[in-house]
Amino acid sequence: MTAEIDQLKAKPTVLNLGPSHPAMHGTLRLYCELDGEIIVKAIPEFGYLHRGFEKHCENSTYTQCIPYTDRLNYVSAMMNNVGFCKAVEELMDIELPERVQVIRVIICEINRIIDHLVCTGTNIVDIGALTNFWYYFNVREKFYNIIEKLCGARLTTAYTRIGGLMRDVYDGFEAEVRACLKEMLDALDDVSGLIGKNRIFLNRTIDVGVISAEKALSFGFTGPCLRASGVPFDVRKDTPYYDYENYDWDVAVGEHGDTYDRVVVRFEEMRQSTRIIEQALAKLKPGPIMTDDKRAALPPKEEVYTNIEALMNHFKIIYEGVRPPEGEIYSATEAANGELGFFIVSDGTGTPYRVKCRPPCFPIYQAYASMCEGGMISDAIAILGGLNVVAGELDR
Amino acid sequence: MTATLLKIFVPFGVIMQIVPVLIWLERKGAAYIQDRRGPNRASIAGVRLGGLIHSLADVVKLIFKEDIWPTQANRLIYALAPFIAMSVACVTFAVIPWAAPLNLSSGTMSLQALDFNTGILFIFAIASIGVYGIMMAGWGSNNKFSLLGGLRASAQMVSYELTLSLSVVGVLMLAGSVELGSIVADQGSEVWTWNLVRQPLGFILFVVAAFAETNRTPFDLAEAEAELVAGYHTEYSSLKFALFFMAEYVNMIIASALMATLFLGGWQVPFAGTEFLRDHASNIFYYGLLAFGLFSILVGGFLALRRTKVPWKDARRFEGKILGIPALVVGIGLIFWQFTQGPVVLGTLGSQATAAILQFSVFLGKILFFCWVFIWVRWTLPRFRYDQLMALGWKVMLPLALINLVVTAVAVLIL
Repeated sequence: MTAEIDQLKAKPTVLNLGPSHPAMHGTLRLYCELDGEIIVKAIPEFGYLHRGFEKHCENSTYTQCIPYTDRLNYVSAMMNNVGFCKAVEELMDIELPERVQVIRVIICEINRIIDHLVCTGTNIVDIGALTNFWYYFNVREKFYNIIEKLCGARLTTAYTRIGGLMRDVYDGFEAEVRACLKEMLDALDDVSGLIGKNRIFLNRTIDVGVISAEKALSFGFTGPCLRASGVPFDVRKDTPYYDYENYDWDVAVGEHGDTYDRVVVRFEEMRQSTRIIEQALAKLKPGPIMTDDKRAALPPKEEVYTNIEALMNHFKIIYEGVRPPEGEIYSATEAANGELGFFIVSDGTGTPYRVKCRPPCFPIYQAYASMCEGGMISDAIAILGGLNVVAGELDR
Repeated sequence: MTATLLKIFVPFGVIMQIVPVLIWLERKGAAYIQDRRGPNRASIAGVRLGGLIHSLADVVKLIFKEDIWPTQANRLIYALAPFIAMSVACVTFAVIPWAAPLNLSSGTMSLQALDFNTGILFIFAIASIGVYGIMMAGWGSNNKFSLLGGLRASAQMVSYELTLSLSVVGVLMLAGSVELGSIVADQGSEVWTWNLVRQPLGFILFVVAAFAETNRTPFDLAEAEAELVAGYHTEYSSLKFALFFMAEYVNMIIASALMATLFLGGWQVPFAGTEFLRDHASNIFYYGLLAFGLFSILVGGFLALRRTKVPWKDARRFEGKILGIPALVVGIGLIFWQFTQGPVVLGTLGSQATAAILQFSVFLGKILFFCWVFIWVRWTLPRFRYDQLMALGWKVMLPLALINLVVTAVAVLIL
């Protein structure tokens, strides 16, 4: 009987998840070959959100590129601003004032928290528990209010400038951030309490989508997904920037590299970000928010009106843009998803010759197919949420 | 004849009235569980009823939506599925008794539409047909998500039906009958003789299996939003979708009614037997109306005097007055009338009717309590995976149900 069944010609079912599917956040697409509910083979596809970010940059001045970076990882927009500006600043060898560095650390960590809230929140929603999502999003809303007060926009922030910031933080910023952090920790405790010992949640996530440390490294994983596999790599620790080495915090590391570890690593990173922000707020001293390097900073307004050199300088920076010296640079920051790198080639003019963005979720998404093959459809959804693939960053 | 028609249409009407309330309860309950306010916008002449009007708005919306037929669908199966789902859900309520039988001059009249001597078997038989609705919807839509949803649902419902039936057998052995009326009568009015106390394991198994039977979280794999878009009803729109939507809530009500009937004493009022209620019907009527009057004065006063944050000139501003002042008037009128008149002496039929109404209200309260449990669980727990669900059903719940059955059988034999 079994021999007869084996001889029957059976066509595999091909299921097309996405690009418009409730769990394919953004516009991802996954072709699955199914055997019952088990995914035999999966082909992920991307590119539905391709906007030509890199090509756009080649036709814009460096400052004009900053708003484009908002749209990379739109869940934590400010980190992209910081990443791009840091690359250009390194290319021009600009030293940032201390206040700028501290504020950049604060906004980066706030955005890391927001990103992790979205990622873990939606991951848990995909597993079926909607309530946690609301606990998170209520807090996220408060954080977005802070961001809105800071730069006037909630999502398309464009807060940094080459050599500094768009504007200083407002009065009462510190107190609001501290209040928000406290609320965030409460929400984190709520969610941990709801799912931490929940048998269904543990069954759905433990040993689902396991990726070993070697395999993760060979794929080029960075960020929480790599740390969940047990590799304590963090750009902030290994090649510190913005004085990260002088903050007291720990790298959250997982063990098994499964979906559960990825969620828990993000939980822990949110706690560590809170520690960094507390220390950074204590370090926040009055000072300039723009470098005094004349190649990047606009001259003060009164000088523009009274001094011909200042007027010309202003004119040149506005019309031709900031002009880094000829050369190339690769500069990486630890964004919420991992190492966000910008490779910039400058030919000495005001527009970059070439900009290459290294989005952290691109290598991670490459491993997605191999992680969900052999699992069920539900697993594929649970894994994708934990990887936090953001289409804006993936497709650029 | 009239009595039979009444017995058919009154429970049906009651369920149909509970459905929108349940939908409201689900939305509002979910909202408060999730730290938000929930529906509060739709209004008729300023009356929002705390968001209850949204259910009405939904009905109107769904009626006027375009009814879309997928081109490749199997039209007959596609169209038939929602009707099966809905009608099967409604039919089950026929055998559930909602109050003690009345003693009339012409004989006893049981207060259930169908006084079957095989009540519980009828329910299981009909409930199994419910699978067809979902299966046909999954197959007829010609959509892979629907098909997967239908497959999941049918496998799940067939598996959990075993546990569902086996967990009840203990109750049936205790009562010595499969007739729902005698199961309720057997439990008596004392809380500690209810089957909840006598069959705790059976109760838990029944509740879990009922969750699976109704396709509610954590067993809502058939319509798992994140995985299968909307599962078996992905392709349905307009009233056909509304039928599925309503069938889900009707199923919830039926499951709650069964839980109440089998394990929580059905229509039994705690610590007050039918005879006691009938003997004291006059007093119950008198004090019941007084209490109701007091209640409406309190609620009406609260509504009428409440300050509102709604903008000036908005009709919703007067909601409190529109609802509160009539409630106040009714409450004061009732109390005045009762005080001037004093307790009336009710006849045999009157006292029986009073007792029946009280029992029906208590039964309804029990149903709503279980419905709330359904909602509460839905917004707390994540969802199972298909294989884990099957493992739970076959490897955990079925053996437990069998153990429960054996233990009960031995106990019944010895005692």
